[in-house]
Amino acid sequence: MKSAVIVFPGSNCDHDMHHALCEMGHEVDFVWHKSGSLDSYDFVALPGGFSYGDYLRSGAIAKFSPVMSAILDFANSGKPVLGVCNGFQILVETGLLPGALLRNQNLRFVCKNVYLRTENRNTIFSGKISAEKPLKIPVAHGEGRYYADPETIQSLNTHKQIVFRYATSQNETTPAANPNGSLENIAGIINRDGNVLGMMPHPERAMEALLGSEDGRLIFESLTG
Amino acid sequence: MKVAVKVRLKPSILDPQGKAVHNALSHLGFSGIQDVRVGKLIELELDDNISRDKADTMIDEAGRKLLSNPVIEDFEIEYLKV
Repeated sequence: MKSAVIVFPGSNCDHDMHHALCEMGHEVDFVWHKSGSLDSYDFVALPGGFSYGDYLRSGAIAKFSPVMSAILDFANSGKPVLGVCNGFQILVETGLLPGALLRNQNLRFVCKNVYLRTENRNTIFSGKISAEKPLKIPVAHGEGRYYADPETIQSLNTHKQIVFRYATSQNETTPAANPNGSLENIAGIINRDGNVLGMMPHPERAMEALLGSEDGRLIFESLTG
Repeated sequence: MKVAVKVRLKPSILDPQGKAVHNALSHLGFSGIQDVRVGKLIELELDDNISRDKADTMIDEAGRKLLSNPVIEDFEIEYLKV
């Protein structure tokens, strides 16, 4: 699998993502945000960080980077795209995913391991995840409170587009397990076509048991097949 | 010509930043404040020769495309000096 990790000015999880994809045996390139074409790739990852310093709003300026029109074409052709953290924020700003990501409810930057319940295992990113056991994956963000209007939330539920919800270690979605005030504990959603996933937690930081968790592997293994 | 674009969170959206400011104001003894919400003020300095109609159209588009996120925010335009 040939993969592109998009690098914006201010990306800072690009090397983690590169490492994670190399671990999966992908042939991985860093692609600078001024590039115009992604035709030679099978998969595109938008990594975490603070593109353009989060000026104006997270992801607001990155969405007009030259590479974004190539990403839109790539996504619209049905090829897989993963946005993590700032990458998720960019995907909602471009409209590839619905909703928005707002300042955390408690106003704190939250940096810790969380548990995720996988709500839809019938996607290209979640097929190898266990139904019973939650994923232990870290979050690190100040603006991760998922919001969408009630009609959109209902539509996300109807079409099984909510892939991950914040949960307890017992795999239960409770208000206490919600680190940022996201509606319905939403941690990750997929588009209607099932090829664009955005999530606030960082699976690329959960690749080695020695470093706390290797549950992130399951997402990349699902994708890689 | 100078234009102010005021960007606000929609009324239905929780504004924890406003709540924190409200708390701080209360601690400082400013009483009688029912609610606080924090927005953004973006000032644009336009070319002198641009017409008001053109400015209206352009800023409206800029407001929708970049300066605000219509999912969560509203904006209004105020001409500061003509």
